[in-house]
Amino acid sequence: MCLGIPAKVVEIKEQEALVEVAGLKQKIRLDFVPEVKVGDYVIVHAGFGISIFEESEAQETLKLLREADVIP
Amino acid sequence: MKKEIITLQHGSGGRPTQELIERHILPRFSSPALRQLLDSALVECSGRIAFTTDAFVVRPIFFPGGDIGKLAVSGAVNDLAAVAAEPLFLAASFVLEEGLEVEELDRVLESMSKTCKEAGIALVAGDTKVVEKGAGDKIYISTSAIGVRKQNPDPQPALISPGDAIIVTGPIGEHGMAVLQARENFFRDLELESDCAPIWPLIDSLLKAGLKISAMRDPTRGGLATTLSELARDSRLCLEVDEGKIPIGKTVQAACDMLGLDPMYLACEGRMVIVLPQESAGRALEVLRGHPLAQNAALIGECLGEPQKAALLSTRIGGRRILQPLSGEQLPRIC
Amino acid sequence: MSSLESGEILKRIRGMGVSARFMEVCGTHTVSIARSGLKKLLPDSVKLISGPGCPVCVTSQEDIDYAVALARQPGVIVATFGDMVRVPGTETSLLEARASGGRVEVLYSPMDSLSLARENPKEEVVFLAVGFETTAPLIARTVQIVRAEGIPNLSFLVLHKLIPPAMRALLTRKEVQLDGFILPGHVCAVLGSRPFLFLKEEFHLPGVITGFEPEDVLLALFMLLKQKREDRAEVEIQYRRAVKPEGNIQALKTMEEVFEPQEANWRGLGVIPNSGLGLREPYSGFDTRRRFPLNITGSREYPECRCGEVLRGVISPRECPLFGKACTPDSPVGPCMVSSEGSCAASYHYEERP
Repeated sequence: MCLGIPAKVVEIKEQEALVEVAGLKQKIRLDFVPEVKVGDYVIVHAGFGISIFEESEAQETLKLLREADVIP
Repeated sequence: MKKEIITLQHGSGGRPTQELIERHILPRFSSPALRQLLDSALVECSGRIAFTTDAFVVRPIFFPGGDIGKLAVSGAVNDLAAVAAEPLFLAASFVLEEGLEVEELDRVLESMSKTCKEAGIALVAGDTKVVEKGAGDKIYISTSAIGVRKQNPDPQPALISPGDAIIVTGPIGEHGMAVLQARENFFRDLELESDCAPIWPLIDSLLKAGLKISAMRDPTRGGLATTLSELARDSRLCLEVDEGKIPIGKTVQAACDMLGLDPMYLACEGRMVIVLPQESAGRALEVLRGHPLAQNAALIGECLGEPQKAALLSTRIGGRRILQPLSGEQLPRIC
Repeated sequence: MSSLESGEILKRIRGMGVSARFMEVCGTHTVSIARSGLKKLLPDSVKLISGPGCPVCVTSQEDIDYAVALARQPGVIVATFGDMVRVPGTETSLLEARASGGRVEVLYSPMDSLSLARENPKEEVVFLAVGFETTAPLIARTVQIVRAEGIPNLSFLVLHKLIPPAMRALLTRKEVQLDGFILPGHVCAVLGSRPFLFLKEEFHLPGVITGFEPEDVLLALFMLLKQKREDRAEVEIQYRRAVKPEGNIQALKTMEEVFEPQEANWRGLGVIPNSGLGLREPYSGFDTRRRFPLNITGSREYPECRCGEVLRGVISPRECPLFGKACTPDSPVGPCMVSSEGSCAASYHYEERP
């Protein structure tokens, strides 16, 4: 139920956007991610974007891995 | 101009039925046995025979990559191929729904004709019935097919031994997802092609290369996972496959992720799972990959010597999970 | 993160020598853990326990029976997420109601209920609003739009539940000894981390907000074990690529505008105050219970069903005597075995026999 896939925003029209993942396009609502821009990635849940997927935070994950002494 | 449609008269056995056969069916199928139009087809074949039957109830009847006709012929041919039997003769019964456009029937018949030629199987007998509107879904096709067994002993789960390699001839889940998308249109501007195809030529080339096959099964209803669990159950052995080695198209995987479906349980209609001795695996892959139908054939696992009679999947983090047969209905009316 | 790194994290976890029991409270985590075969890779000293994380599973029998009764009403179309369809009520399920002529439609998004209502103007469409805080904002927004567009034949059976009060109720029972929580990534994408600070303040337990890949879970376990070793109790975010500490302000605002907290009846946990949601004015006219005040009597769970104990983490699925025998996904006794996020279903479908 908490299925949320990161998808790329390719087109925005008012409250809706066309997102794409691996060639699949879907229409979603942007009510909860109003600040999203074309090119951003969003987490999609049941037809709504619920969070903007932060590429920079992938860097944060690397930081956590370094703190865990997992990677140099 | 009004479109010609199938009526109850077409199923009554009288002139309209004869016209249907003479004008629409016979021109497309050249078998002399069929053309004799006897109550039974008179054919000859000798030796060890394989015999299979299937029914096809797919909705919609036309989908990217195929249609119910191509599916019906491929399904029969592939069931024969799975026991290493060379396809010879096909019989097909049609249950048509009153109101079906004749043009649609023609398209289905044309497709069956083409697929029969591709597969080297001859349609020699048939039957048509018509049911009232609402009592059928456009068209149901039921097939029976006969082939000559080419390997002795025939491939079967009892021949699987620990150490045997497991191969799948191509990416999984394409038919199931293609039909689902054609029916529900979840994704805009997306045409996913079904993998529906008669694959006897693949098996034929393995046999001609002198390879001995332990067992085969085509992963139709229930998908790869169900097929592997059946092979494990019937061979009473442990089969393990590697998650990272199973070929799945990126688009099919993404579609499954978005819809909460598991591609391991989606039907394939042009693939075969082949279990054979480990030492033959390399040559088998070479032969398969030389075919347009199996360019992405992959070695996905092996039969282990462990006591569990189950199909297992090793995961990308190094864990293991069991592959159970599909429970309940995942997707209705796929094949 | 590659499997190389997950291998390294596992090595670290094994080398830490810390004993701990952690609970996940999200069905998607339960499934991800089961599908990856993660449990068997952990040292024996680290145990994972599934909690009340499946929103369909924690729906009370009475609510299931009410939904089934609705499906049997002529002129009603029950619209639902796929999962609810096979859950067995006292007498029957939505699936069986559909097989007997009732109308049940499976939808992917709550917004699909609008077109369903428009296409069936003579029927009453009822949307079963099941889900935790990830899904509630979506239904809240849908209700706002339905009201704005004046759609007359659509209502919502609001069965949403809230995770933090359930966790508090579970911890207060003191039935299960726990050392921390794997916290739900997408619930927290909405709520942020603040609603979980009670773990630190009232129970001195760490929590890590976790993503859904097996690598995310492994990293979160490492973070939890590290906290335990250092006797810390913080709410940390592992799933930083999707979760901010403040959560999703817009989603929270929308929920606040449409819903108010009310008591809810949880399978396995009983009635918990302020753990469910109800429509507040001016939306209460869209409450299905107001439009269909059906009297449901005789609701009861199957006497030997132990879903409640499984949901509280008191027993594991395989410890239930019915598991795999009287209760299987094809003939389920309770929701835990038939919901796609149920603990019993996950164990049955994915775990090798021990």
